Amino acid sequence: MTPTLQAFVIVSVVLFSIGLLAALSRRHAIFILIGIEMMLAAANLNFIAFWRFAPPPHPPTGVMIAIFSIAISAAEAAVGLAMVIAVYRHYRTTNVDQYDQLKG
Amino acid sequence: MSSALDQIFVHGKRWLLSWVAGAPDWVIQITSSLINIVALLAVFLTLFALISVLERKILARMQNRYGPNRVGPFGLFQPVADGIKMLIKEDIVPARADKVVHFLAPVVLAAVAILTLGVIPYGRNMTAFAINGGILFFFAVGSATELAVFMAGWASNNKFSMLGAMRAIAQMFSYELPLIIAVLPVVMAVGSLVPDTIITAQGEYTLGVVPRWFVFTPWGAAAFILFFVSGLVESNRTPFDVPEGESEIVAGHMTEYSGFKYATFFLAEYLGMFAVSGLAVTLFLGGWHPPARILEFVPSYIWFFAKLSVLLFVYIWLRGTLPRMRVDQMMNVAWKFMLPMAFTCVIAAAVWHYAGRGMRGWLWSLFVIVVVYSALSILLDTRRKFAPRVYRFAE
Amino acid sequence: MNSITFIIISVFTLAGALAAATLPNLMHAAFCLVLALLGLASFFFLLGAEFVGLALVFIYIGAVAVLIVFTILLTRRDSKEHYAINWSGVLIALAVFAGLTWAVLKTQSLSVVPPQIRTLTVKQIGQTLMTGYVWPLQCVGLLLTAALIGALVLVMEERR
Repeated sequence: MTPTLQAFVIVSVVLFSIGLLAALSRRHAIFILIGIEMMLAAANLNFIAFWRFAPPPHPPTGVMIAIFSIAISAAEAAVGLAMVIAVYRHYRTTNVDQYDQLKG
Repeated sequence: MSSALDQIFVHGKRWLLSWVAGAPDWVIQITSSLINIVALLAVFLTLFALISVLERKILARMQNRYGPNRVGPFGLFQPVADGIKMLIKEDIVPARADKVVHFLAPVVLAAVAILTLGVIPYGRNMTAFAINGGILFFFAVGSATELAVFMAGWASNNKFSMLGAMRAIAQMFSYELPLIIAVLPVVMAVGSLVPDTIITAQGEYTLGVVPRWFVFTPWGAAAFILFFVSGLVESNRTPFDVPEGESEIVAGHMTEYSGFKYATFFLAEYLGMFAVSGLAVTLFLGGWHPPARILEFVPSYIWFFAKLSVLLFVYIWLRGTLPRMRVDQMMNVAWKFMLPMAFTCVIAAAVWHYAGRGMRGWLWSLFVIVVVYSALSILLDTRRKFAPRVYRFAE
Repeated sequence: MNSITFIIISVFTLAGALAAATLPNLMHAAFCLVLALLGLASFFFLLGAEFVGLALVFIYIGAVAVLIVFTILLTRRDSKEHYAINWSGVLIALAVFAGLTWAVLKTQSLSVVPPQIRTLTVKQIGQTLMTGYVWPLQCVGLLLTAALIGALVLVMEERR
């Protein structure tokens, strides 16, 4: 019995919701970034699964989008982590509940 | 006859697989993979043991003394003695160290090093795992080395280890860029990421005597030097062994490891050395092709291991000759010199291709490389930044 | 494609992801994220997109995970405090999960078996990138340059 597209999409949904769990429920800035990376990875899995199960005129669109998505998420992770370091220097804590002032 | 000798391992594996011929498909696949893995491990662990004793003897001869020569003929059973010593040492883990991560770090490092050995072609039809993106697999798996080094440094809960790990990672990822970009010209010239195809593209001989290896083109020679030096750095060998600098930070990220785990770190370092040298042989030195067409009766794997041995000897020679580089000198070289030179190699390879791949292309790409190298040498000249030396007492 | 392989890889990936989301120790969570990403790369290999799987290992595990681990190191105070969990976030995540799963299970057209496809070689990916997708490629190049400069500017020490 080979896995159907439904199985892959369910796995992608579970991974996405675990990423959402990490991003919404943890209070440490880096956990939130870990959650965001997981959500992006789940979306990539979704794209590749749909590419694989496409009918005969078989464009490589899913693979292309996944490649660009990986590159973009790497850039976003770099900038996000740089921001965490910059904010830590100012507030001396990474608890996002304490980032409550707009003026430094 | 020479073809039979050449393919002796392939036929041996086929004979072994004929014992499980009737079994379902997945059993045959698993058996085939297992045979590949066992053969690879047997060859490279033996080579590791041999090189560990040969390195000490060669270094010793360069320093005008004998190396280990007590255990066995010419001291060649020294690795057995070393192995027994490492195994019976007490395994000390610091009380406040993170036990799981402390245990996993050398395991991950060694596993990654062994994985990278799987995509290199050792002879005609003798690649362990021929996947469609072989070179990319090599670099993707090799980049997990940094994570393992960091795990080792962090889990030891020791400031020296942490410093050593940060230095090691800074060094490794700065040299990863020249390493990978130096491979780009070869991939561009061949048009494929599969190591077998790259070797086949170097199989011709001009006038039957001079082989068309990529190291004999100007961009190939420059890229080979960049790749070789970056490989030196990736495996933390002198002159780039700042992470294991014994006089500075004890043993860097390996400080809190004793006994067999320490041996595993060295195993991983040597296997990384083998993997990078093997890839250099594949990409630039023509893989398992002999240097002249008349020498084709010698089996292909003999040529591969001969070229590998030459590169390993150069590694050991450099260790015995050069002192350790300072961290900031090393980073300067990586970012200011090697990265622009690597990009120049890519451009020179394109010039070589589009000016026809003959003498004209050779000369034009040589011109590009020489121009950029001279420009970099003038721009990065530091002699003018130091004041002339003043001697106060020695006149 | 084997069903057993799929189940093993999915259990591995989801266990790693769950550990990454719920472990109190930040370093352990980061290493479990690496495990989850490795499982995801195996998924990509299973689905026949080997180049994307290798690119994932290369970029995510070789670069992003190292970056995360470095940032944990640089923003660590020695007291090792663990922050409380926000339970409303857990509820929202569960609600999203329930909603999406219900939507997926209700769609009949998703219960298809994998058709036979020609394998996508790296050469084809390269050709498609350079012909059909050349504008996104240049934009991603610009984006990466901007991210590089931006990250550097953010982290530079301010000159007094």
